[in-house]
Amino acid sequence: MTAVQAGPVLGEPVLEVSKLCIDYGLPEDGGVRAVTDVTFTLRRGEVLGLAGESGSGKSTLAYAIPRLLRAPGVITGGDVIFHQRPVGGGPSQAVDMLTADAETLANIRWVDLSMVFQSAMHALNPVARIEGQLTDVLRRHRPGWSPAQRKERAVELLQMVGISADRLRAFPHELSGGMRQRVMIAMALALEPALVIMDEPTTALDVVTQREIIEELMELRERLGFAVIFITHDLSLLLELADTIAIMYAGRLVEMATATELVRAPRHPYSQGLLNSFPALHGAKKRMVGIPGAPPSLRAMPAGCKFHPRCVHAGESCLSVEPRLARPNGSFSARTVACTLQDGSRPTPAELALPDPAETAPSRFRTPAAAVPAPSDPNQNLTVGDLS
Amino acid sequence: MTDSVTPPAGTAPTVVHGPKREGTPALEARGLTKHFPVGRGKVVHAVEEISIALPEATVTAVVGESGSGKSTLARLLTGLIKPTSGELLLDGKPVGTSAKALRAYTSDVHLVLQDPFSSLNSAHSVGYHIERPLKLHSDVRGAELDAKVVELLDRVSLSPGAEFAAKYPHELSGGQRQRVAIARGLAVRPRVLLADEPVSMLDVSIRLGVLNLFDGLREDERLAILYVTHDIASARYLADTIVVMYAGQVVESGPAEQITDAPQHPYTQLLLSAAPDPARDQAPELRGSGSPPSLVNPPSGCRFHPRCPFAMAVCKEQAPPSLPVGTDQVAACWLHSPEHKAEADAVSAQI
Repeated sequence: MTAVQAGPVLGEPVLEVSKLCIDYGLPEDGGVRAVTDVTFTLRRGEVLGLAGESGSGKSTLAYAIPRLLRAPGVITGGDVIFHQRPVGGGPSQAVDMLTADAETLANIRWVDLSMVFQSAMHALNPVARIEGQLTDVLRRHRPGWSPAQRKERAVELLQMVGISADRLRAFPHELSGGMRQRVMIAMALALEPALVIMDEPTTALDVVTQREIIEELMELRERLGFAVIFITHDLSLLLELADTIAIMYAGRLVEMATATELVRAPRHPYSQGLLNSFPALHGAKKRMVGIPGAPPSLRAMPAGCKFHPRCVHAGESCLSVEPRLARPNGSFSARTVACTLQDGSRPTPAELALPDPAETAPSRFRTPAAAVPAPSDPNQNLTVGDLS
Repeated sequence: MTDSVTPPAGTAPTVVHGPKREGTPALEARGLTKHFPVGRGKVVHAVEEISIALPEATVTAVVGESGSGKSTLARLLTGLIKPTSGELLLDGKPVGTSAKALRAYTSDVHLVLQDPFSSLNSAHSVGYHIERPLKLHSDVRGAELDAKVVELLDRVSLSPGAEFAAKYPHELSGGQRQRVAIARGLAVRPRVLLADEPVSMLDVSIRLGVLNLFDGLREDERLAILYVTHDIASARYLADTIVVMYAGQVVESGPAEQITDAPQHPYTQLLLSAAPDPARDQAPELRGSGSPPSLVNPPSGCRFHPRCPFAMAVCKEQAPPSLPVGTDQVAACWLHSPEHKAEADAVSAQI
């Protein structure tokens, strides 16, 4: 394990979340449960898209993983295991984030696990120059570095995200929204973390800027091999950048599948409804309906399946029994869904039983060279084969 | 794509954007310009020379990035801010400047704001919000007033209306609040509804419900609707005509599907390629990076030229006129001018 790995090593887990429950306020004080039994595993270099409406618990989940959740938010159950790579190399060590002491957390946060917060407009300190904010983290985590070294790294980071070095002395208000967001991303990547959590990183930006930043981010991901948890309410964006997509509703994961599977063959009525909420850019215009009703309040959660009041397929059992995440009946993929329509107990409507796409295409932003070593040109492939 | 009646540059007649319909449009703006002073004699050129006609029973979408002047245009149309130059015509008649005329105008042209969480007063009930315009603009009182409130709430699918009238904004979801804001707008039986990003603050799954409500109002109330948005896909879904704005000017306008299927202006093409599209199989190619220019010192000639991959010599010097590029479709771009055809072909061939 001495050789430095270039590019993502898929397969090895970097984060394991199991049965995580998060409440706001304690039950005896009339608290509400914001996140219930969330379980997922994130592998190195993977982009997990977390989609859901406001109040679905996606940001709460994001803040709980690095233990940044503030009171009255309380983690009331479950495990968060982070696989930390030791500084000198060697096999990674599992760290239980929920029991870790302050020192352990301080050595993980930003070093191995960083975060790009929602709305860069407010996340940067308005009265400090970009340089100071970028080098701050280096001062804390690279105590041996000289100021010149820190500045050099700050310049390198800015250039990495496409900002010229002369902006180092700028104040946040002198930068455009897109540039501020780039600074936030550069900051998150300062110590080359293994995992970056991004909470709605491009929501406040214009579509052109958003596209540029996403492209840059995916390029950096290829080069540096970090994993990403990308949180957004914009499912159409996730479909273009995520490897895996998890759909959250009322604090629960209701479906998890590869991006291709989810867009081509959604299995949960809510996922299907979300997909049908985005008008198409091309093709015949047709009337779309979205999803009737509104997401439930955390204080008045319906019994059984939390989606049943808005679900057109709701049956008798949905009113009382809460479905668990399981592989859909008849699917051979690793995808999971929490819906009684998919467990074989009821006939599945045809639109929710589309066959899984045969091949799960890699994320569309991934450059062929950086994926598995498979040359895109077949002739070239032959030559290589002949030579060996 | 060229047209023999294209006038020579510099003497271009005013092009009126918006859906083409017979008769007098409900609201028409001629040569609207707004410059905001920012001190030291400088001005922000927020909206420049825009002529737009909104016929009844149509939806016109104004699409653009933030800072393109689309919200300023909507506010100019409400009469809330005074234009630097240009005039407004309601049913073909110029809008007067007296207090009485302006009050009559506000009952005919209503604005629905972006954020339903701040456009409603949390201290008052839903019923109060809808009664206000009725009391101010009509003589309906008493039981008749209550009945009218319920009827309006029912019309925006907040039923039972009586129950909703007693609620307070904090008891409603974002979509429901936006429906209250729309019902408030409908109370005075307006001719024109201006909606400034009405769904961008709402959850994805309830956006379509509100868009469909606008769609229904177009037919049922014969409203002329202006839909201001940054989301070109929703503009295509709802609107008859799309008007694309960049840096305070209209760069392209035409029937909605024509704009999204065959965009002619490089900026419209850039916007479309940047929009998320689940149907796309590979990453789109972005032509024209960077961000919109400062509107204090806008670029000379075409304001898009510093970002435009097709920029020619003329683009830096002269602002392009709106040139016809299809049925009812116009684009303000030199690439479509017959005089510059040879050069335009050469530039396009290089890319």
